[in-house]
Amino acid sequence: MFVNFFYELRRAGVPVSLTEWMTLMEALSKGLAYSSLSGFYYLARTVLVKSETYFDSYDVAFQNYFKGIETPADVVEQALEWLKKQIPPLMISPEERKMFQEWDLDKLRRELEERLRTQDGEHHGGSKWIGTGGRSRFGHGGYNPAGVRIGGESVNRSAVKVAAERRYRGYRSDETLGVRQFEVALRKLRQLTTSIDGEKDELDLDGTIDATCRNAGRLELVWGRSRKNNIKVVLMMDSGGSMDSYVDLCSQLFTAVNRSTHFKDLKFYYFHNCVYENVYVNPACISRYAVKTYDFLRNVDPEYRLIIVGDASMAPSELTMVGGAIDWTIMNNEPGLVWLERLAKHFRHAVWLNPIPAQWWDARVYYGGYTITLIRKLFPMFELTVDGLEQAVKKLKARF
Amino acid sequence: MELQEFKGTSNYIVSEDLRNSVNVSIALGRPLLIKGEPGTGKTMLARSIAEGLGLRLIVWNIKSTTKAQDGLYIYDTVQRLYDSQFGDHDVSDISQYIKMGKLGEAFLSEEPVVLLIDEIDKADLEFPNDLLWELDMMSFYIPETGVTITAKHRPIVIITSNAEKELPDAFLRRCIFHYINFPEPEMMANIIKVHHPDLEDRLINEAMEAFYWIRSLSGLQKRPSTSELLDWVQALTVGGISVDRIRKEIPLLGVLIKKNQDFDVILKRLNAQNTSKTRVRGQTLWG
Repeated sequence: MFVNFFYELRRAGVPVSLTEWMTLMEALSKGLAYSSLSGFYYLARTVLVKSETYFDSYDVAFQNYFKGIETPADVVEQALEWLKKQIPPLMISPEERKMFQEWDLDKLRRELEERLRTQDGEHHGGSKWIGTGGRSRFGHGGYNPAGVRIGGESVNRSAVKVAAERRYRGYRSDETLGVRQFEVALRKLRQLTTSIDGEKDELDLDGTIDATCRNAGRLELVWGRSRKNNIKVVLMMDSGGSMDSYVDLCSQLFTAVNRSTHFKDLKFYYFHNCVYENVYVNPACISRYAVKTYDFLRNVDPEYRLIIVGDASMAPSELTMVGGAIDWTIMNNEPGLVWLERLAKHFRHAVWLNPIPAQWWDARVYYGGYTITLIRKLFPMFELTVDGLEQAVKKLKARF
Repeated sequence: MELQEFKGTSNYIVSEDLRNSVNVSIALGRPLLIKGEPGTGKTMLARSIAEGLGLRLIVWNIKSTTKAQDGLYIYDTVQRLYDSQFGDHDVSDISQYIKMGKLGEAFLSEEPVVLLIDEIDKADLEFPNDLLWELDMMSFYIPETGVTITAKHRPIVIITSNAEKELPDAFLRRCIFHYINFPEPEMMANIIKVHHPDLEDRLINEAMEAFYWIRSLSGLQKRPSTSELLDWVQALTVGGISVDRIRKEIPLLGVLIKKNQDFDVILKRLNAQNTSKTRVRGQTLWG
């Protein structure tokens, strides 16, 4: 029964398993759908869908299967999806900018829809198709997804209408797949303490037996120290403009690190593009939140594991020149590279996580490749993905 | 024993789809996993189910240190050792040192019960995985005594989560899932009326308008939820605040808002709103 609905769901990206499908069949045989489509809608959702982030995909699949209508809004969403995977923005000249200004909104939208119909996939760069990094009108921000919302009035609440309303659009987050995996990867970052320090809160069985025997059989409990994770972590994040495109990914990592309760200590610092005299305790890298990098190095002992998150892409001058810092307020007397080297030397274990995919780390394919190459000489660099994080954790655990 | 259907109770308003989910989970004998914003009545649901069906409620509160084992049983070895010291106790019977946890208690109960596993996401990452077998088979084995504890009646298991941690897939597959939506204004009015039946409509309307206005503000750290609205309405009536002041000043804001920064945000907006009513709010951002 409804086998195609199962495949429809999987096509829409809802992770349905056979176990759940059999549960649904069991429920149907017990008559729990109350012989109505809306009954079936809720029943199938409650049994098959296990996260509110998939409710929207479920609605789409339900709609497709039971009505066979295609939603233009979906196509728009697809386009927005393409736009998320940005390559760094292109600089545009004033003449070009003038060209853009002559467009009015309605025309823009009409043309977007037109183009959506003809475009067949992701497209980055270039000047016509929807994508990022190019000159297309449909690449930069400004297109409002809410404007093309579809879905009927909710009057009689028939199931297909509820599905068509797609009320769970807001919960959709195809990006959330990471947090748990990140957490699991981070759990491996542990190194147990020796039994020298810590609370005595674990029963030492051998010791107890020994002591009790010495005590002529009268029970004497001996407590030992439980072994705890001894790893201390300092996380430094680039919060500069070029990182904006990766803000989702970075916040996933941030959440995962923050939730990891197994570190002995955890510190967060921020910088803008490159580390200079100051690091910051707040993502807004302004002087109010500044900490002298020298003080930072004094306070954070070399045993800390340093994880730097940044795209490592900047103008070469920011890295190699005195006074090259991107912020006007900073007049760095030493080039950024010197500071980075200082960090790399101070910490015995340090890694750099880069949200830019590894295939772009080459100066020949991407303008930031040059500085990436320079920084890779100082820090082992890994992609900011679950795999990359796992490799980084391995690197951080290695003893010398 | 055939369990009857859950229809909601007089002091807990349940939406149609939530009611369906509860009944599906009861009929299939699967745990019901409830997610939703804090304060949307996840925990209250279990109480309501227990009350509505006339069953005993067993609550297992999960903390960050809770282990799956704690819910099954605890073997008090230290007590047994002490008891064995002077030979005045018979310690050969290990079962007297086995203490049932909440899950064990639910399994052993003579009549069907509702078991609430509250805030499962507080526990360690692996916690839900450790309970898979027990929740699936509704039984567990005690190696110390060689006894297998099997549920006399399959308990109705309600699990709540605040989504602080993501739950493992294997666990999710075995659950029935329901997400409690934030109530629509209409539903909210009903909820308030259930809790405070004597209030005049005007007060409810004003309070709700202020409440939804606050929730619509961007940049809040923690948006107020149903339970806070209920407290606030209570505070407004007890404090004898006149209805006209509610929307304009939002008195007793501390009941609704729990974060300092949010306080500032709301007061600032409120001032801006009161001084220039004509200003157009909500500019569209293009580009």
